[in-house]
Amino acid sequence: MDFATVIQILDSAVRLMTPLLLACLAGLYSERSGVFDIGLEGKMLMAAFTAASVAYATGSAWLGLIAGVAGSMALSLVHGLSSITFRGNQLISGVAINFLASGLTVLLGQKIFGLGGRTPSLTGAGRFPEIQLPFAAALRDVPVIGPIYAELISGHTILVYVAFLMVPLTWWVLFRTRFGLRLRAVGENPASVDTAGVSVTRLRYAAIAICGLLCGLAGAYLATGLSAGFVKEMTAGRGFIALAALIFAKWRPWSALGATFLFGLLEAIANRYPNLDLGIVTIPSMFMNALPYILTVIILAGFVGRAIPPRAGGEPYVKER
Amino acid sequence: MTAGGDTAEGRPETAAPAAIELRGISKAFGPVQANKDIDLRVPKGSIHGIIGENGAGKSTLMSILYGFYKPDAGEILVNGQPLTIADSQSAIRAGIGMVFQHFKLVQNFTVLENVILGVEDGRLLRPSLAKARGVLKQLAAEYGLNVDPDETIEELSVGHQQRVEILKALYRQADILILDEPTGVLTPAEADHLFRILRGLKAEGKTIILITHKLREIMEITDNVSVMRRGEMVASVRTAETSAEQLAELMVGRKVLLNVAKAPARPGAPVLEVRELKMVDDEGVERLRGIGFDIRAGEILGIAGVSGNGQTQLLEILGGYPEKGSTLSGAIRLNGRDLPLSGGGCNAAERRRQGIGHIPEDRQVEGLIMDFTAWENVAFGYHHAPEYNRGWLMDNAAIRDDAEGKMERFDVRPRDAALAARNFSGGNQQKIVVAREIERNPDLLLIGQPTRGVDIGAIEFIHKRIVELRDAGKAVLLVSVELDEIMSLADRILVMFDGRIMGERLPHQATTGDLGCLMAGVDPATTAPEDAIPPAHKHVEELPGESA
Amino acid sequence: MDKMPKWADVILTPLISLILAMAISALVILAIGESPWEALTTMVDGALGSSYGWGFTLYYTTNFIFTGLAVMVAYHASLFNIGGEGQAAMGGLGVALVLLYLPLPHWALALPAAMVGAALFGAAWALIPAWLQAKRGSHIVITTIMFNFIAAAALNYVLVNLLRPVGSMDPASARFPPATHLPKLSEMAAGIGLDWGRNTPVNVTFFVAIAACLLVWLLIWRTRLGYEIRALGRSEPGALYAGINPVRIIVIAMLVSGGLAGLMAINNVMGESERLVLNAVEGAGFIGIAVALMGRNHPFGVFLAALLFGFLYQGGGELALWTSIPRELIVVIQALVILFTGALDNMVRMPLERIFLAMRKRGRA
Repeated sequence: MDFATVIQILDSAVRLMTPLLLACLAGLYSERSGVFDIGLEGKMLMAAFTAASVAYATGSAWLGLIAGVAGSMALSLVHGLSSITFRGNQLISGVAINFLASGLTVLLGQKIFGLGGRTPSLTGAGRFPEIQLPFAAALRDVPVIGPIYAELISGHTILVYVAFLMVPLTWWVLFRTRFGLRLRAVGENPASVDTAGVSVTRLRYAAIAICGLLCGLAGAYLATGLSAGFVKEMTAGRGFIALAALIFAKWRPWSALGATFLFGLLEAIANRYPNLDLGIVTIPSMFMNALPYILTVIILAGFVGRAIPPRAGGEPYVKER
Repeated sequence: MTAGGDTAEGRPETAAPAAIELRGISKAFGPVQANKDIDLRVPKGSIHGIIGENGAGKSTLMSILYGFYKPDAGEILVNGQPLTIADSQSAIRAGIGMVFQHFKLVQNFTVLENVILGVEDGRLLRPSLAKARGVLKQLAAEYGLNVDPDETIEELSVGHQQRVEILKALYRQADILILDEPTGVLTPAEADHLFRILRGLKAEGKTIILITHKLREIMEITDNVSVMRRGEMVASVRTAETSAEQLAELMVGRKVLLNVAKAPARPGAPVLEVRELKMVDDEGVERLRGIGFDIRAGEILGIAGVSGNGQTQLLEILGGYPEKGSTLSGAIRLNGRDLPLSGGGCNAAERRRQGIGHIPEDRQVEGLIMDFTAWENVAFGYHHAPEYNRGWLMDNAAIRDDAEGKMERFDVRPRDAALAARNFSGGNQQKIVVAREIERNPDLLLIGQPTRGVDIGAIEFIHKRIVELRDAGKAVLLVSVELDEIMSLADRILVMFDGRIMGERLPHQATTGDLGCLMAGVDPATTAPEDAIPPAHKHVEELPGESA
Repeated sequence: MDKMPKWADVILTPLISLILAMAISALVILAIGESPWEALTTMVDGALGSSYGWGFTLYYTTNFIFTGLAVMVAYHASLFNIGGEGQAAMGGLGVALVLLYLPLPHWALALPAAMVGAALFGAAWALIPAWLQAKRGSHIVITTIMFNFIAAAALNYVLVNLLRPVGSMDPASARFPPATHLPKLSEMAAGIGLDWGRNTPVNVTFFVAIAACLLVWLLIWRTRLGYEIRALGRSEPGALYAGINPVRIIVIAMLVSGGLAGLMAINNVMGESERLVLNAVEGAGFIGIAVALMGRNHPFGVFLAALLFGFLYQGGGELALWTSIPRELIVVIQALVILFTGALDNMVRMPLERIFLAMRKRGRA
């Protein structure tokens, strides 16, 4: 494997990890506030659909992005209603949201475009362009650093850079701001926040709104950045891989970056080498595809560094008498 | 607006202006009237006790004061000003601070982070943390409230966690501090330290409301005391002008029968022998440090002690279900036969077959399945019994018949076996448990807190049944935090402190003071008390200079 | 006192949830410019209007009974098994291996053998999540989700690399021996001279499913094991106090659950396709969640809810055939049913409770 191939695989990994990273951070906000979210998949899917539809109709990827965020937020609101306001089962609500997105996107897509759930291909300004960073062309020929800068770091869509910036931003918000302190507190012990005179409900809604926003970015990126348009079930389990990454990262922003990179890399390798020949054994792509899930189960089993979720996660808050 | 003092009705404490005044507060939860037309006046700069049994409505009243519930009727005046306390935020603004029985702390946050939570200055944390650090240092110096501001809560002892709660209130500039059963989890020494802090706060002009059901504390520290009974405020008096006996009578509404009528015990052969029983929990904390005792047939052995000193672990181990991940050593013998401490033979079903009955400390979580019907609960734990089964299937008709009989004999009301357990009152729920366990006629009955949250009538009934079982030649182990209950029921008393037995007394020889010392880990018989205090560990607070 | 009578809890709340789900679905249909009434009549006609429609409706019902019962049994132990999809897929593998490699001369022998294979493989796939939950406290919802994906990948590998007949491009196993063909209900009807449901997949497994309902009812409400499952599901400390071993019960409940999900393969793999194909489960494992919630975790309710979803599934197919409404409409209905009966339960229940309280007060006055 030569250097150029490595760069290509890493470049592909960066593209593939972006939706995972955004969705993973989305889940991080929600779960840190004590609201479990297995509906990341559905929100991403819905966002991908609304983003692609509006981008196609208006010819603007940016309007598509807004629509994507709106679509995802609408489902976040449903999740908030059931898990915060009506204190229902958060897991069941997440399951429902996944199906709702999976059904609605095809139903509406078929009605609007008549392509069996697909949207027409996006062209031109309907997609986010790849951004060439300054001096990318000039530095291309410098050995080692040149390709890394020009091929790996430069040449992604804006949303890729946004996703990477979200990592330090999330860390900063979580650990350096008042909002972050309260958010973490409400996920650990909502009564502490409530007795301090801060509304548990408002905090949790804020968290799931951010979750909806980030899932919206993730979905929009899938449909208008990574691909050119929406295809039925295009998230293909990415929401669950993001969830896996979140557990893998033990609900920490920097670790989320690492986990999603690892999972993105696995996908990139599986795409490039359907049957990875390691000399002694040949690893089928199915194994590479399943690896994120297998790794997560191992982490969950607690044999390698136990993952402890936020203490109040999954429990609706009820004031005790 | 009238000032608080003008409307007071000639109560003993009218001299000082009122920090808090409640007028006609009522609150109902569905059909349950938790607070009925409550009047209360708390003079500024005083320590005011509110006393009452479990379920008398004390906590509800304080929750109203802290904005957790809206009263159905009535008026709240703070410093003479009428106030609507819609939420905790407005209570905090009015200068009210609350220390809950169950602390509202974030376990993996530092002390500092917990203190600023909800009252941060600005959107960034750094300045708030710096400011709080300074204030905490000052408060520590002023009131002896020393806690390391950078320690996480989970690393602190219970006593220190409570200090963090007090610091939280003071940091919010509370002038009125409400403490809900603050000593329930403390050793007597820790409690004394708390009281010193409270006196210091009072000296600084703070008003303190102390909710408790412990008479000793009321007599020791309060200036005035109000008594609640079944949702009503039945009296408000100066502490100096009353006595513990009088308060107790007000609390329960009649003379308390301090002694259950019972014949002297005629103990037979030992039924249970416990030897050198040690238990280390999954966090490595030694919960039992070598316990040994016997219980003979026809006797009630009482175990007194502040809760959390190993009694729960002892009951669970004897009942066959030691805490997950704990390691045990020592020996337990029932009727001369060794019982396994771990492995397949160590489970509650096996213990029941061996003749051990168990009335658990928490009937709602352990003793009953609240969603099950009364008759299903009557089989709980005995669902493998042959009379409840026919071949592969359970014989529901037989269980039902049996349940109806038991409910009849134990006067459980309403007498409807098909009703879910959660629809019975506390006393009737407990009667179902007691009926189930006692009618099995066990050789040894384990009892934890038999009358917690149970009304007076049911208490008497349950006590009588326990004595009857003893008189039938059975052994009874009674664990209770209610000293009165231990003193009146037990034939012998052991006192547990920090996982060991501090001493043994006979009820007619023991005094509350004597037992209280033992409960605090001090043996009055030994001359060097510091020897009696075990080496400090994670869960026991070090109190430098206090044991001497 | 309970806030409302039991019948209201058991019948009224799911009914209202269903009506809400249907009403919103009707709005969706309106929004895409179709007539809800026409859609409904198309569905009723297509699913229930002929023995052909019934043949498919009951076929789907059979699938959903198994997956619904699977979710239900786990739910009583307070375990949310989202892994029905993977367990049913693995059950299919079990069926395929039994039928391809054991020489079974007659369906009456092949059926029990395949049932054992299906149940064993389904249960085995539930075993690891169960064990991890019981012993290590790993959240069963997450692990069963992960196991769905792992099952899909594993099955993909097995079909492509191991079970695919030489020369075939299709990622599917060889056809099962003709001797193992399960009688279709249509064939049984023809046997007594009736022309019913020709060319429909419903087969004897339907009766197995009904028997499973009865057995699960007995298990949960009439056996000591069921008693222990229900007790543990409501209070783990209580279970310990009563001498119930949580690890044992969690594992057994999940094994039963996985086994039931696996048994679905008798219907779709052995009874219908008669070979193992990729993605044979087609989401039935997930529909089991809606079925269990809708059926209030009671076998009779599960049966009724499965029938409802069987109707929706077949009706949805007809809808796609005759109108421009895609069959994904039923995914939306399924989602709404899960949402209203499972997550927004309180939204339906709280106003109802208030009404009943008011009525009781008035009755007393």
